[in-house]
Amino acid sequence: MLKDIQVQNEKETRGGFGEGIYEIGKANPNVVVLTADLAGSMKLGPFIKEFPERFVQVGIAEANMIGIAAGLTIGGKIPYTTTFANFSTGRVYDQIRQSVAYSNKNVKICASHAGLTLGEDGATHQILEDIGLMKMLPGMTVIVPCDFNQTKAATKAVADYNGPVYLRFGRPKWPNFTKEDGSDFVIGKAQVLSEGTDITIFACGHLVWKAIEAGRILEEKGYSVELINIHTIKPLDEEAVIKSLAKTRCAVTCEEHNVLGGLGDSIAHVAARNLPVPIEYVGTQDTFGESGNPKELLTKYGLDTPNIVAAAEKALNRKKNG
Amino acid sequence: MADTQELRKIASQVRRDIVRMVHAVQSGHPGGSLGCTDFLTSLYFGIMQHDPKFNMDGINEDIFFLSNGHISPVFYSVLARSGYFDVKELATFRKLNSRLQGHPTTHEHLPGVRVASGSLGQGMSVALGAAKAKKLNGDKHLVFSLHGDGELDEGQNWEAIMFAGHHKVDNLIATIDHNGQQIDGPTDKVMSLGNLHAKFELFGWRVLDMDGNDMDDVIRVLDQAKSLAGQGQPICIIMKTVMGKGVDFMEGHHEWHGIAPNDEQLGNALAQLPETLGDY
Repeated sequence: MLKDIQVQNEKETRGGFGEGIYEIGKANPNVVVLTADLAGSMKLGPFIKEFPERFVQVGIAEANMIGIAAGLTIGGKIPYTTTFANFSTGRVYDQIRQSVAYSNKNVKICASHAGLTLGEDGATHQILEDIGLMKMLPGMTVIVPCDFNQTKAATKAVADYNGPVYLRFGRPKWPNFTKEDGSDFVIGKAQVLSEGTDITIFACGHLVWKAIEAGRILEEKGYSVELINIHTIKPLDEEAVIKSLAKTRCAVTCEEHNVLGGLGDSIAHVAARNLPVPIEYVGTQDTFGESGNPKELLTKYGLDTPNIVAAAEKALNRKKNG
Repeated sequence: MADTQELRKIASQVRRDIVRMVHAVQSGHPGGSLGCTDFLTSLYFGIMQHDPKFNMDGINEDIFFLSNGHISPVFYSVLARSGYFDVKELATFRKLNSRLQGHPTTHEHLPGVRVASGSLGQGMSVALGAAKAKKLNGDKHLVFSLHGDGELDEGQNWEAIMFAGHHKVDNLIATIDHNGQQIDGPTDKVMSLGNLHAKFELFGWRVLDMDGNDMDDVIRVLDQAKSLAGQGQPICIIMKTVMGKGVDFMEGHHEWHGIAPNDEQLGNALAQLPETLGDY
């Protein structure tokens, strides 16, 4: 049951990245970290202090950073590029496409401040299209962990996972509830947070917590909710998606991203080919964001707990009336 | 190392390969390929310590990146002629199911290619990363790269040029093919490069000038560049070349950037280029 999930504390997912990169840097001498003038925001302090020779300050030059990372793999290094999600993807799409993805380079593109919860800086920085951009690239793995512990686990896990990876996380403090040792995270394997039979909620990133809150409300209303954290959007754990949909026969998808091209479309793609069932999307509706605090923004753009509850009830009704 | 007389012979065969490859598929970029033939021949048959058995990581050997990937014909010919793959494979250039894609790529696992290029302006960054990896690995070998002068219109180059000076990347020798031509016309008209030599110097590079179509000068300047490595500055060679060099009706004409010769023009071109190593 979702009410049994315990919050350990509230921490920034980017802080999980910072701890993870320090630990994997210690464990793996091939790890190299690059940043485009955002070492502080990306929580790189401990890594830089201990491994200065394996830290590359690129300045505000993200295109160059991606290219340098591609080059570092030639010689066996495992480069992690670090900046905000907007500058990690849209700004450097062709560099990632040619020098990393098409060239199949073992680069880990690590992106903080993704989505609306970046907050007050506004739409110039709040990318809501990056999951779509990255999952469209052949060979690119896309991971969106849900909390501090999982971001830390993912940061460490991608070092031993060969090939280009996009790792997306965020800025605000957020409920931290997955296992502290990260043992419940496996790349490419969907994480079932609760089993149920009436409806499946698929969520990623910050919205996993919102989905837990919504699921609790739905449980109180008497529904049996299956909640699945799709932290790896690509390659998608299709087997887990199909298995769950076969049982619940309706779903809601939740993401801090445009409904066009994100997690929801990935789930719908699997459903359309295997098991067409009613699916409702919670995400931004093909719009840019704006300035505001994270909570206000999630409410205004329809990504909050009540929106997930409403979407679930709509999907349940469609199933009932279908 | 082959002497300059020998290098000239190889270069003649490489030029034959280029015009034949481009003619066979009626597409590709002969102009820049012919202009850079002497440089690439010198690198692969004289200057670089490299292993045609090819290992992607290139540890304990000199490695080369072609940033202006459209001059793939000269790259492919030199790789094949130096033993990376069978010269017969040159006949597959730009054809379906070939490893010799229009622009070089690692995707089809062609030995000798370490990164895809073609979308311009990315190669110097990649070369910088590879140079940093060599330093981290304690590998004293060098990274060479080639860039078009028109390619310098791309802003990413200037990010890389600034980075190299700031971080003192002194195991990189980046060469600019300064033929003064780009697709829409002379570089002076399309986007003036000004004093390239001075620009690189102001960014902290050691800059050498070279006549890229004089084999003696190419060897002399490349040897000098190698001797300057490890002294705290990245090294740039401003290489003057003539687009289409070696085929008189192509020389100096930007129109030959990206078009193929017809049958008659092929015959005319081959008559000017002695077959020295045997056609593929």
